[in-house]
Amino acid sequence: MSRRGDWVYENNGGTCVAIAGADYCVVAADTRLSVGYSILTRDHSKICELADKCVLASSGFQGDIKVLHKNLAARELLYQHQHNKRMSCPAMAQLLSNTLYYKRFFPYYAFNVLGGLDSEGKGCVFTYDAVGSYERTGYSAQGTGSSLIMPVLDNQLKSPSPLLLPARDAVTPLSELEAVDLVKDVFASATERDIYTGDKLEIVVINKAGTKREYIELRKD
Amino acid sequence: MFRNQYDTDVTTWSPAGRLFQVEYAMEAVKQGSACVGLRSRTHAVLAAANKAASELSSHQRKVFRVADHAGVALAGLTADGRVLSRFLRSECINHAFVYDAPLPVSRLALRLADKAQVCTQRSWKRPYGVGLLVAGLDESGAHLYYNCPSGNYFEYQAFAIGSRSQAAKTFLERKFKGYDDYTPDQLIRDALSAIKETLQGEKLTSSNCTLAIVGRKDDGTVEPFEMIDAKRVQEIIDSMEAAEETPVAAAEPSSTQEEDKGTDAAPMDI
Repeated sequence: MSRRGDWVYENNGGTCVAIAGADYCVVAADTRLSVGYSILTRDHSKICELADKCVLASSGFQGDIKVLHKNLAARELLYQHQHNKRMSCPAMAQLLSNTLYYKRFFPYYAFNVLGGLDSEGKGCVFTYDAVGSYERTGYSAQGTGSSLIMPVLDNQLKSPSPLLLPARDAVTPLSELEAVDLVKDVFASATERDIYTGDKLEIVVINKAGTKREYIELRKD
Repeated sequence: MFRNQYDTDVTTWSPAGRLFQVEYAMEAVKQGSACVGLRSRTHAVLAAANKAASELSSHQRKVFRVADHAGVALAGLTADGRVLSRFLRSECINHAFVYDAPLPVSRLALRLADKAQVCTQRSWKRPYGVGLLVAGLDESGAHLYYNCPSGNYFEYQAFAIGSRSQAAKTFLERKFKGYDDYTPDQLIRDALSAIKETLQGEKLTSSNCTLAIVGRKDDGTVEPFEMIDAKRVQEIIDSMEAAEETPVAAAEPSSTQEEDKGTDAAPMDI
C-alpha cells in the first residue's frame, strides 16, 4: 500500500477486545505500537476513558486514533457543561458513529470498540467499522488479532439467536473474574500468531463501583 | 447620568471623551444581585446572592463552571452571562485540545475582555450587560479577576459586584490583606459573611446563596471548580451563627488589627 505516493495512513497494529456482562464491562487492548516489521514502543495505551461509565479502545493508525480520542473527550466535556451530567455509553456510541461518518470520504483509520454500562447499569459493547457503522453486541474484537480472537469469543460467549423466544440478553452470564480470565486467554493466543500483538495487556473493568485497571505481561517476540 | 445627545450609539464619543452606552452597560451590572469573590494563594471562592423572579419561580443561575480549574460568577443581564460562559467553556476546551494544558486564568480573563471590547467598537452591537468574577487555579496559584462590560479587567484579592455590593466591599476591605494565608474554610466563611452584608437584614440561608470553590490542597491535589451543595452550605451558615453567639471576638483573625492602620484601600471602583 505504501507504494502509492499519496498513501497517508499507516497501521500501527494491535488488538482491542470488549466483553459485556450483566453488571460490568471488560475492555482490553495490548500495548504494542508497531510500524511495518518494527516495534515503536511496547508501552502505548490504546484505551481512553471518555466518561465514568464509558471506555473506548481503538486500534489502527495512531495519528487518527489520538485525535479521535481527543475530539470525543472534548465533546464529552461540552456535554457535561450543557447537561450537567456525564455522557452515557449509548449516547457516546451514537456520537462516535456520527464522528466517524462525518469523515466518510477521508476516514479515521481507527477500528473501535466502545464498552461501558448503559443507563440501567448493564454492560454494553458497541463495535464499529472505520466509517461509523455500529452495533450493540455482547462482545467484540477489533484490530490485527481480531480474526484470531473473534472465533474463540463466538465459541465461548455467543448468545442464542435474537429470533428465539423468549428473548434472552446478549450479555454474557459469566462473572467478572471469568470474563477477565477469558480475555487474558484470548490475548495470549492472539499474541502467539499475530506479530503486531504482544508486550503488555491493559485490562479495564467498569462496574458500578467504578473503573479498575490491570496490566498483564504478554510475549514480547 | 442624564440622558444626552451622545448616548444613542456605542460608537459615539461624548465631548468629554466618554462612551455613554458602555457606562450604561456598567449600570446594568450594578442592578444585578450581588456576587462576591475572594482568593488565597491556593484557593478561590465565589459566592452569589440568589434572586428569584417571584416566589413561584426558581432562582437565576449566577455561578457557572467554565472548566475544571475555573468558574465565573456574574451580575447583570444573566442571559448575556450565560452566552459568555458558553464562550469561555469553549475557549478552555479548545486550548486544552491544542496545548494539552488548562488555559491560564489570566488568559481566560483576557479572552473575555477582548470579546467585550469588540462590542464597544461596532455600531451594530451593544456591550454585554454583565460583569463577571472569574475565579480559577493555574500554575501560578489561585486568581480572581473582574471583567466588566467596558472590556477592562483587573485582578483582585477580593471583590464584590451587583446591588448593595458596597456593603460587601466594605467588609472585604477590612480583611483582605490576610487572605493570602487563609484556609479554604476561612475563605468560605468570609464569602458568606460578605454576601450576608448585601442581604441587608434578610436571613442568610442556603436557598438564597450559591457558593463555589476551586483550589489546590497542601499536598498538591487539585480540588476542581465545584459548587458546594446546599446542605453543606447550610451547615457552614449554622456553624457561623453558632460561633457569633459565643461572646468575645473569638472568630476574628488577628489580621483585622493591621487593616485599621493603613488607609491604602484597594482600587475597588472602576
